[in-house]
Amino acid sequence: MTVRRMTEILEARIASGEDQMDLEVSAACGADLMSDVMAFVKEKVVLLTGLVNPQAIRTADLMDIRVVVLVRGKSPTEDIVAMARENGMVLLSTKYSMFLACGRLYEAGLRGGGIREIA
Amino acid sequence: MKLKFEVGDEDFSLAGRASSELKGVLKRLGIGPDLVRRASIAMYEGEINMVIHAGGGVAEAEIEADRVVLTLIDAGPGIPDLSLAMTEGWSTAPDRFRELGFGAGMGLPNMRRNCDEFDIESEVGKGTSVRMVIRL
Ligand SMILES: Nc1ncnc2c1ncn2[C@@H]1O[C@H](COP(=O)(O)OP(=O)(O)O)[C@@H](O)[C@H]1O
Ligand SMILES: [Mg+2]
Repeated sequence: MTVRRMTEILEARIASGEDQMDLEVSAACGADLMSDVMAFVKEKVVLLTGLVNPQAIRTADLMDIRVVVLVRGKSPTEDIVAMARENGMVLLSTKYSMFLACGRLYEAGLRGGGIREIA
Repeated sequence: MKLKFEVGDEDFSLAGRASSELKGVLKRLGIGPDLVRRASIAMYEGEINMVIHAGGGVAEAEIEADRVVLTLIDAGPGIPDLSLAMTEGWSTAPDRFRELGFGAGMGLPNMRRNCDEFDIESEVGKGTSVRMVIRL
């Protein structure tokens, strides 16, 4: 699925990365705890999070995550947008809750690959 | 090459500078993305721990031809029970850090998982030191 399609499905606002709408994404992960992202995400995924602070962007960058979606209608503050832009990241914000945002993407074919198996 | 970072305790939003910088350096050296990611995660979790639990400390990265050695040293309260601290999900982090996305009790296990060698020493009332090696 392209970022463009994802943006449509989530009726998302684009805060950063307008030039990357054709980027292909195949897996996603929803998490509010950044250590969980670092523990379980293996490959490049889309990160959906309710965490709106610089740590979310920092964590995504360290994990080579190129697309971050802020759920529950949270708008990113200017410093966060600046950080995302600096890192060349796509930053979206959707009015949908974590559950609904993940559900809509799942329904449209996005899966949870790229996640380490949980013992 | 040796990188040294003072990790402070005042501004949580600055935590992660050491790992970001380390990531940049390793990338520029042409080291593969997987190794870069592992080193960055280990460093980031270590930095965050020093900020949250120890009131800051010193982080070092030594980049050698065949390995990266990460050292984190603090003079914080120390860890009374190391094996408990290494358990996934175990955490004493204050709630305000949980609201910031940390304190899941996954930091030390994440650090160990991403390294080829992991050593932690801690003395209550003296501090904690962590040494991690990632082979290139
Ligand atoms: N540098 C440190 N100084 C003192 N205590 C620490 C330090 N690092 C970790 N700890 C202790 O070990 C626990 C587990 O650490 P960790 O796995 O990183 O989880 P978290 O940081 O999410 O609590 C912490 O909650 C804390 O009690
Ligand atoms: Mg931790």
